[in-house]
Amino acid sequence: MSISEQTILRAAGIGADTGLASVVAVRGNIMGMSQKAEDAVLRPKETGAFSHALRAALAARVAGRAKDQELADYYAEAAGEYADLVRLDATGGAQGLEAVVTFVDRVANQTRDIAQEDIKALQQAGVCDPDIVRLCELVAFLAYQIRVVSGLRLMKGDGQ
Amino acid sequence: MTRVIHKFTRNVPDWRPRVVPVRLEDATPAQLDALKVTPSNTKVSAYVLTLAHDVESLAVRSPLFNAIMYDQGGMSRAEREIGALAASMVNRCIYCAAVHADRHAKLAKDESLTDALFAKGEQADLPPRDRAIFDFARKAAEAPPAAGPEDMEALRKQGLGEDEILDLILSSALFGWANRLMHVLGDPVRETVPA
Repeated sequence: MSISEQTILRAAGIGADTGLASVVAVRGNIMGMSQKAEDAVLRPKETGAFSHALRAALAARVAGRAKDQELADYYAEAAGEYADLVRLDATGGAQGLEAVVTFVDRVANQTRDIAQEDIKALQQAGVCDPDIVRLCELVAFLAYQIRVVSGLRLMKGDGQ
Repeated sequence: MTRVIHKFTRNVPDWRPRVVPVRLEDATPAQLDALKVTPSNTKVSAYVLTLAHDVESLAVRSPLFNAIMYDQGGMSRAEREIGALAASMVNRCIYCAAVHADRHAKLAKDESLTDALFAKGEQADLPPRDRAIFDFARKAAEAPPAAGPEDMEALRKQGLGEDEILDLILSSALFGWANRLMHVLGDPVRETVPA
């Protein structure tokens, strides 16, 4: 797998000719599995209630709230008919997805405050248990990817 | 009776799902494969059975988790556990914090670091290298991520190699993922013995 096919390395700006590339290469297996994980949560074969476009829109939203414009733009490209949800002031109401959008925002950004009621709110909105797990995996993976990218940028010396 | 645990502890609690896990007898071949169920290994935790609802993610996540926490070289296993613990404290994942505080104590053969962190949180008095590692991992786990050039500088000042820093980034980030499953999809609980 080349660097340009790996979202983490592309977003962090780690080209093959950079000094960090050799450090990252030691953990090349981890970078490869991280990309497979992105495929599994963004573009799974079994989508449940969340199409690839909707997943991409939610991913762009999570990246946007994490102030990662690079990742937000990357995911927004695949958001299709759900592009409106990328806007951080969108509630999901227009798409009948208010409970889903509220949950995604909270799990991504107020993780420590999540309680039983957050799961109940999704269930009451008609989201089935397998879909609740799918939604958590999507947001949880993004939390990981965003933080690996942000850490690599710091290693590289961005923001100094 | 069971009660939900709200305080950090090294005494690993049970975990009670907030959704209905996959029933092993109903599992599809793909789920059984990801669950690594074999005739001689039929014990699967409620947590893993819950994650089996999204089998494609489960199948890729388990080997990734093991590689980040256990692969040879780079940062020591004990210090990777500090990364995991720092993120789990930020996200208040009591279960993950217990497992990884316990692992740190056993790997480092020292309970003082996790005792101090559970007693005083980020104000704990830590040796300088542990301080730099914990602070970086803690800030990296905030939403949005809040680690900055000064935190990176502190790691390098403490003599961490680039390979160790990468492993720390990975372990803290991995728990940004794990916490959002464990803390969101279930509760840490303990059986209470009736008086």
